[in-house]
Amino acid sequence: MSAVMVDVHGVHKSFGPLEVLRGVDLQVRAGEVTVVLGPSGSGKSTLLRTINHLEKVGRGWVSIDGELIGYRRSGNKLYELKEKEVLKQRTNIGFVFQNFNLFPHLTVLQNLVEAPVSARRRPRKEAEESARRLLDRVGLADKADAYPRQLSGGQQQRVAIARALALEPKVLLFDEPTSALDPELVGEVLDVIKDLARTGTTMIVVTHEIGFAREVADTVVFMDAGVVVEQGPPSAVLDAPRHERTRAFLSKVL
Amino acid sequence: MSSDTISEPATRAVEAPAEPKVVPTRHYARWAAGAAVVVLVAQFAHGLVTNPVWEWGVFSDYVLSETIVRAAWVTLQLTAYATVLGFLLGTVLAFMRLSRSPVLSTVAWTYIWVFRSIPMIVQLVFWFNLSALYKELGVGIPFGPVFWSVDSNTLIGTIGAAVIGLTLHQAAYAAEIVRGGVIAVDPGQLEAAAALGIPRLRQIRRIVLPQAMRAILPTAGNEIIGLLKGTSVVYVMSIGELFYQVQVIYGRNGRVIPLLLVATAWYVVLTSLLSVAQYYVERRYARGADRTPPPTPLQRVRRFVTSARKESA
Repeated sequence: MSAVMVDVHGVHKSFGPLEVLRGVDLQVRAGEVTVVLGPSGSGKSTLLRTINHLEKVGRGWVSIDGELIGYRRSGNKLYELKEKEVLKQRTNIGFVFQNFNLFPHLTVLQNLVEAPVSARRRPRKEAEESARRLLDRVGLADKADAYPRQLSGGQQQRVAIARALALEPKVLLFDEPTSALDPELVGEVLDVIKDLARTGTTMIVVTHEIGFAREVADTVVFMDAGVVVEQGPPSAVLDAPRHERTRAFLSKVL
Repeated sequence: MSSDTISEPATRAVEAPAEPKVVPTRHYARWAAGAAVVVLVAQFAHGLVTNPVWEWGVFSDYVLSETIVRAAWVTLQLTAYATVLGFLLGTVLAFMRLSRSPVLSTVAWTYIWVFRSIPMIVQLVFWFNLSALYKELGVGIPFGPVFWSVDSNTLIGTIGAAVIGLTLHQAAYAAEIVRGGVIAVDPGQLEAAAALGIPRLRQIRRIVLPQAMRAILPTAGNEIIGLLKGTSVVYVMSIGELFYQVQVIYGRNGRVIPLLLVATAWYVVLTSLLSVAQYYVERRYARGADRTPPPTPLQRVRRFVTSARKESA
């Protein structure tokens, strides 16, 4: 069995009086695809955002490849890292947003090159070459000089995936990558993600696409009300859920 | 159309009427209003040309005279300095106000509050009398010994006082304009930049500010044009800018109206130049905002000419 890449341990998170995560444990092995399912408000997106420290955890901790995220441990104390150090850690964690969040004033190529050049200090020329290769991989080699608004939603999300890959992250996080897309555009984005899964990229995907989960996931995690209700291989969680809440959710979405 | 794939339409029982002719609505009231306005404008233009009070001869004697051109140059310089320095300081203040540090944001808020509360002319006179306020300016340990000091009047001088006054005033407004632009940028943009690990300063310079510019530029254009005309208040400090020089000249020769016209003409020309510059700067920052950028006025004219030529050919 491969080593644990992402380790989420007893994570709690509150927004004011609202407790969104109430002790979440999750382990993702290197090269595996984990799909997180659950009703709206169950804390899926928040969980994903704590993994790359876009949200600070209230209690618990997250580590990636053995490195604590957002904190430094010394004895029995956790010291918050400076923003600069957190930013450096994030270059190892690719994040794909529901709304793409491409930089609209930059061309597709500039979107891909920005982080490798400014955060990783890679030479621009080299970064542009690998960016073009990535665009080719997501089927958008001819769009390098287009601006994001000149692309369809599906194309924009594929650019966003390529942008996340440009940093060669250890893990890729997808926050409902197809929820903002027209139905006929969902497939092209899922195809790209499936392709990544085949090449052994470690991924955590929050989605409502049950078919995708069944096909691609090594592990399916079902969350509700801020906790992991059950997890396991898709055949177990999707076809023979043990938990009543999982059954209720699946009966609504299937 | 090939008839072998499409079946013949059923013959109509009644012959279809010929394509009807569309008669556009007649806007009689609009035409009448237009005619009335044209008459008024013509009357005014006629007055401009024929009324001897304007003294166009005197106007043309002075409008390009060396004194006036030099004065216009001073006006332009004051505007340029106050714009650049004002917006630099304003940008710093804007980010201080947006900062999570309560000290920084309170200081910025207070600055903006104070400098928006003082009329520019009052503030300028204050700076003009700086030496009464602080005889010497020096560098040293706060509340402790001073290592180096200089007489405040020699340090800044009159033009310096004017630039400082205009800058401090402008910065307060610029701060709010920049802040408005920054908060108009989708928070998802900063989130994406943070998720990519882009360094903080770079996030602001490369991701936030260029997008904020779209919201900043129209208001900033207003401000800069306001400032250009606002520099006329520094006449109270006897600085040889446009309005002061014009006053000096008509004080000597009594030709008030034509000389005010001289100043007006210069302000209009300078403002027009700024407006044109604003158009092109805005266009530059609109990159990526539209699927196809609209043509520039020049391109529009060129297109119009070529299409007209084609039609006549």
